[in-house]
Amino acid sequence: MVLGTIADKLGLEVKTSGGLTAEVTGAYVSDLLSDVIGNSEKGNIWITLQVHPNIIAVATLKELAGIILVNSRQPEEETLKKAEEEQIPLMTTELPTFQVAGRLYKLIGEC
Amino acid sequence: MIGERDITKVQELVYEMKVEQVMTKDIISVSPHSLMIELRDLLREKRISGVPVVDEGRLVGLVSIEDFIKCLAEGEIDIPIKDRMSINIKTLYNNEPLVQAVEEFDRTGYGRFPVIDRESGELVGIITKGDIVRGLLKKIEIEYHAEEIHRYRASHFFEDIVADKTTLIFQYKVISKDFNRAGQTSSGLKKTLRRMGMPSKVIRRVAIATYEAEMNIVVFTDGGQITARITPQEIRIDIVDSGPGIPDIEKAMQPGFSTAPDWIRELGFGAGMGLPNIKKCSDQMNLDSTVGKGTHLEITFNLNEKMKLGSGNDS
Repeated sequence: MVLGTIADKLGLEVKTSGGLTAEVTGAYVSDLLSDVIGNSEKGNIWITLQVHPNIIAVATLKELAGIILVNSRQPEEETLKKAEEEQIPLMTTELPTFQVAGRLYKLIGEC
Repeated sequence: MIGERDITKVQELVYEMKVEQVMTKDIISVSPHSLMIELRDLLREKRISGVPVVDEGRLVGLVSIEDFIKCLAEGEIDIPIKDRMSINIKTLYNNEPLVQAVEEFDRTGYGRFPVIDRESGELVGIITKGDIVRGLLKKIEIEYHAEEIHRYRASHFFEDIVADKTTLIFQYKVISKDFNRAGQTSSGLKKTLRRMGMPSKVIRRVAIATYEAEMNIVVFTDGGQITARITPQEIRIDIVDSGPGIPDIEKAMQPGFSTAPDWIRELGFGAGMGLPNIKKCSDQMNLDSTVGKGTHLEITFNLNEKMKLGSGNDS
């Protein structure tokens, strides 16, 4: 499933332009950056509550499909700027982690 | 190589590009009070098949060659255009993504849409399928050209050098506790290696290891320096800081062991996975540390095909 479809179905607010046609390979849920670096996979969606600019660096490193910020948390201005620069789609939701992860799992399952 | 990548590039572009980037801005329009007969010469002269009808800057209708033919058949070519134009017209906004236009063309089967400025409500252009195709081709050509130049410049670098031994050295300074600039070294190095045409698998591993090392400097030390030495055979990266040093290296290497303070952990750093991640990514790792003096981490990545077993964790 492509990112745009997922964003649509989960009612996510897309904060950046472009990148929505990326094929999503799965998802990873963590707030620890090194954990994401060690265990996420290329094309994953990353669900986190971290909003500082380093999440973009991590997503770029691991070539992640995009980042979902939970609990209505808004990206810092610098984070948004870097996301545009590095073309990492940044999305927000008012849902808490458990909810959004559960819904995403229903959508794309164990891929 | 062509197939998939190009299709996704086009898909990406229709999402990214806006209607105003491809539309024809030089609009030929007619007044609603002109006569249908006057339309004939205009259409023939400009080789177009339809034209927007504009009254005082506002779009009021659209009149096409079909409307003209109908009038001709009915022998009524002396009537004003406003009596024969289509009024219910589908328009697009200037700042809508191109994909919107593509969908509308598909859905309606129309040949053209007037483009309206979202703020002023004025007619600012006309878009046809031909405009979209031309716009996309132009954009792809520009991007391809830029990429080609970059690729040539860099990937032939080593081949063009005549020497018995070649080493390229890149040096980066890392500032303590500067979380906004943190990550710049690894992303800079990554971009540089990509331009040099290095294999992307190696680049990914180098970038990850360097990022973790860079974060270690930012989080734990008073600042330091990262030096990458690149030869045709290997990439060696030296990460040097001037303190405080690691008291127990064995412990530091254990996954999950962390000495990070709470505020650092709240930012998502200090998971105790940094050094283990670095080890997992690199082909060789050497860690040397003296408390009170500083730490020297040396990591190496082989560039020849036979990479060490278990050297990569990337997918």
